[in-house]
Amino acid sequence: MTARIGVVTFPGSLDDRDARRAVKRAGATPVELWHGDPSLHQVDAVILPGGFSYGDYLRCGAIARFAPVMAEIVVAAAHGLPVLGICNGFQILCEAHLLPGALTRNQGQRFINRDVRIRIDNNTSAWTSGYDAGAEITVVLKSGEGAYVADDQTLAELDARGQILGRYVDGNPNGSVAAIAGVVSESGNVAGLMPHPEHAIDDLTGPATDGLQFFTSVLQAVAVA
Amino acid sequence: MNTTPATTVAAQDTVAAAAATPDRPQAFAALGLTADEFARIVSILGRRPTDAELAVYSVMWSEHCSYKSSRKHLRQFADKAPETDVLLAGIGQNAGVVDIGQGYAVTFKIESHNHPSYVEPFQGAATGVGGIVRDILAMGARPVAVMDALRFGPADAPDTHRVLPGVVGGISFYGNCLGLPNIGGELAFDPCYLGNPLVNALCVGVLRHEDLKLAAATGPGNQVILFGSRTGPDGIGGASVLASASFGGAGEGAKRPSVQVGDPFMEKLLVECCLELYRAGLVVGIQDLGAAGVACATTELAAGGGTGMRVWLDQVPLRDAALGPAEILMSESQERMMAIITPEHVSAFMAVCARWDVQATVIGEVTNSGRLEMTWHGAQVVDIPPGSAADQGPVYDRPIRRPDTQDGLNADDAGRLPRPAPGSAGLGATVRADLLLLLGSPEGGDKTWVTEQYDRYVRGDTVLATPHDAGLLRVDESTGLGVALATDGNGRYCQLDPYTGTQLALAEAYRNVAMSGARPLAVTNCLNFGSPEDPAVMWQFTEAVRGLADGCQQLGVPVTGGNVSFYNQTGSAPIQPTPVIGVLGVHDDVSRRVGSGFTETGAQIVLLGETRAEFGGSLWAWLRHGHLGGMPPAVDLEAERALARVLVTAAARGLLATAHDLSDGGLAIALAEACLSGGTGCAIALPADPATFLFSESAGRAVVAVRSGAESQVASLCAESRVPTLALGATGGSALEVSGLFAVPLDELRDVHRGALPALFG
Repeated sequence: MTARIGVVTFPGSLDDRDARRAVKRAGATPVELWHGDPSLHQVDAVILPGGFSYGDYLRCGAIARFAPVMAEIVVAAAHGLPVLGICNGFQILCEAHLLPGALTRNQGQRFINRDVRIRIDNNTSAWTSGYDAGAEITVVLKSGEGAYVADDQTLAELDARGQILGRYVDGNPNGSVAAIAGVVSESGNVAGLMPHPEHAIDDLTGPATDGLQFFTSVLQAVAVA
Repeated sequence: MNTTPATTVAAQDTVAAAAATPDRPQAFAALGLTADEFARIVSILGRRPTDAELAVYSVMWSEHCSYKSSRKHLRQFADKAPETDVLLAGIGQNAGVVDIGQGYAVTFKIESHNHPSYVEPFQGAATGVGGIVRDILAMGARPVAVMDALRFGPADAPDTHRVLPGVVGGISFYGNCLGLPNIGGELAFDPCYLGNPLVNALCVGVLRHEDLKLAAATGPGNQVILFGSRTGPDGIGGASVLASASFGGAGEGAKRPSVQVGDPFMEKLLVECCLELYRAGLVVGIQDLGAAGVACATTELAAGGGTGMRVWLDQVPLRDAALGPAEILMSESQERMMAIITPEHVSAFMAVCARWDVQATVIGEVTNSGRLEMTWHGAQVVDIPPGSAADQGPVYDRPIRRPDTQDGLNADDAGRLPRPAPGSAGLGATVRADLLLLLGSPEGGDKTWVTEQYDRYVRGDTVLATPHDAGLLRVDESTGLGVALATDGNGRYCQLDPYTGTQLALAEAYRNVAMSGARPLAVTNCLNFGSPEDPAVMWQFTEAVRGLADGCQQLGVPVTGGNVSFYNQTGSAPIQPTPVIGVLGVHDDVSRRVGSGFTETGAQIVLLGETRAEFGGSLWAWLRHGHLGGMPPAVDLEAERALARVLVTAAARGLLATAHDLSDGGLAIALAEACLSGGTGCAIALPADPATFLFSESAGRAVVAVRSGAESQVASLCAESRVPTLALGATGGSALEVSGLFAVPLDELRDVHRGALPALFG
């Protein structure tokens, strides 16, 4: 039986279709989850996709954290459910306090769509175990509020515990502190990433295929569990 | 929240009051109507119009909505339409619909939002995207991508620094939030656009043949539902006052509140909501609310259905309770749609809207009266034949006069401009400097500063986007079917000769689509011109329309629809005539797409097409000499067809590594762009007259890199189609090298190319 990976659709989700395609490409079964439905339908892992969940005119993800489905995700994550937040999903995970820190407006104030290189610093999480430590991969950054911030103590802890998923290399496109592109929870099941791995799974429609291992990695984690 | 004080109701001008007070003066001129037009309304109704009726006619008979100055000429697109079986819906619908095979259809259209984008760049451009997306949605299609063609004043002018960042930011904000990839477009600068920038937005949507929707209110007893945003006071008179008059002179301040404010999240909800309504089979007819708002939607739906309609205007949900019937009719509040629903489907319709948090309200019903009747708290305020407002507006045969200055302009031949002779001392250094001048200019430079602010990846079907010649989208993942799109326009060429210039824009968009390997299929257009009341502008306009209609006939691609934008001028100075032409093509297998960058080393580089000494209107003449004169390059549409045939066939057979169109800046710019976008250099040799080969803008040309081993196949394909070829050299290395003349390292080339816009805009 293939793993069932849920992809949440908020009213303003945009990359939900792409996340489902990546799940399928990795060999799993994508399951559509609706923001207003307080059930995870027995999925083995959850992806919060990119987009503008509820318009996000206030602060990205600030309203989405109160969605009925989020209450279920917070509980399940505490019990080890693998959860990946991409872009807006990362913002929501921070707002929901499943991940430390916050995402703020890009340095330069403009939306940036750019192919970026990141180095995988943590290859033990549920979503990154398929990468070699220190692997450099190409993924797609496309966000207006992608600058990661956290206080000094949090940063020191993240560093010490190996919770920094990856960092931008060849420049810091949005002014993220310590060039952080993504972080993982202490237990390694919850991950947030600003650039989009699901847009780097096919040379036809993306700059590389480097992002696919996020989706294959989680299958390993699910199979073990 | 529709409680209105009784005094307000009593103050409304009703049909009965209009009949009783035939001589009450009415401010029709302030609404943009002429005395003759007002007299015509009185004659249609047999009495003076009510204030609400006057509002309806003023917006529906505006230039923007009625095409009263252009309609007579636009008929050529139908009269000269080539034989085709690809059109499922054509001119007159919200957008044209083209059959692309496998049961799929594509609808696409380009529209201007020029004046709002000058007054309030961010919101003006944002709502331009919103408006064109709703046009596509109204055809029954899922919008899948946008493009934008932008023209501004000089890049270093202070006002350009107000307008350009705002426009780009508005498109970025709205399009990104809607989840539509931005796959291409144009960016041009010229002093003529300083007080009147051009912001033309294109949207493309995909549907199955059976999903096609039309704007028709059929079935008496069916319900009229308004859904989406509430109606507010924004954009009142946008079509009549803002879009149908020129800037300059007194009263400009009064136009400021006419710009609408966009809410892309609401539009995203509206898109998903409509698509779910379509899937559930709940919609009889549908129309978007754009220019002229409720007035336009009700008259067009009723006229389209050949029926009547009764509307209770007091049921329209308002953001501002003080609005009266005339204002409600004219409001251009964004993110609204109007649907015709059978009574038994109303509750299911409402349930879908509730799921998406979209407010929906029954505001009327279809009748068989042949009249559009509207009431306001019980009092009748509108009673008109809908067709008289929607389809039977005034048609003008405006005076046309070729400008006296045209002969002098054409006689000022660009061929006389000094250019280095073959073999002359310093030839290499001069052409190298000219290349870098063009490449480092805002017009010839890298557009990443703009395009990086747009999401080009969302939806995961973008196969090619900027800086490739055409945007290419995958439509079907299992078969590889796709569509390619390109827009092109060139004000300088059209200034010199609007007939030829328009055909050159058509030819370039057609060629760009073919570069990707797609077969050009259909055409849309956005015709940006000055005031139609200026006979010289009307001459430019009629020449452009004739050129486009003739060109489409010869290329065998029908015009599926378009948009006319007049009154683009500052005071009495019109912009250069700027028809922007969009061409759509079908790609049988997107995995065989051809990009515009040199990516392989050792591939043979071949120049296809014939190069002549043609510098009229060229980027080189303009930037190097500040010269605009003579005639634009000659057009040979048979040669364009042949070139496209070669490219499409070669792509299908996998013979090409690269194909890049030659246009502004000629071979010099094309080679530099191919090197930079693919990250690979090239070494070439040029025959006889290098300066001509590098900077001439002869049409019908492309530079290709041939896959190793395919050289003879490409040569014979070209020979069969009589496309001239010239082997230039090979790809490879880390410089653009022209034998015996100059070499520019890619790093230097890149710095110059990338530096132009960031240096100006930060």
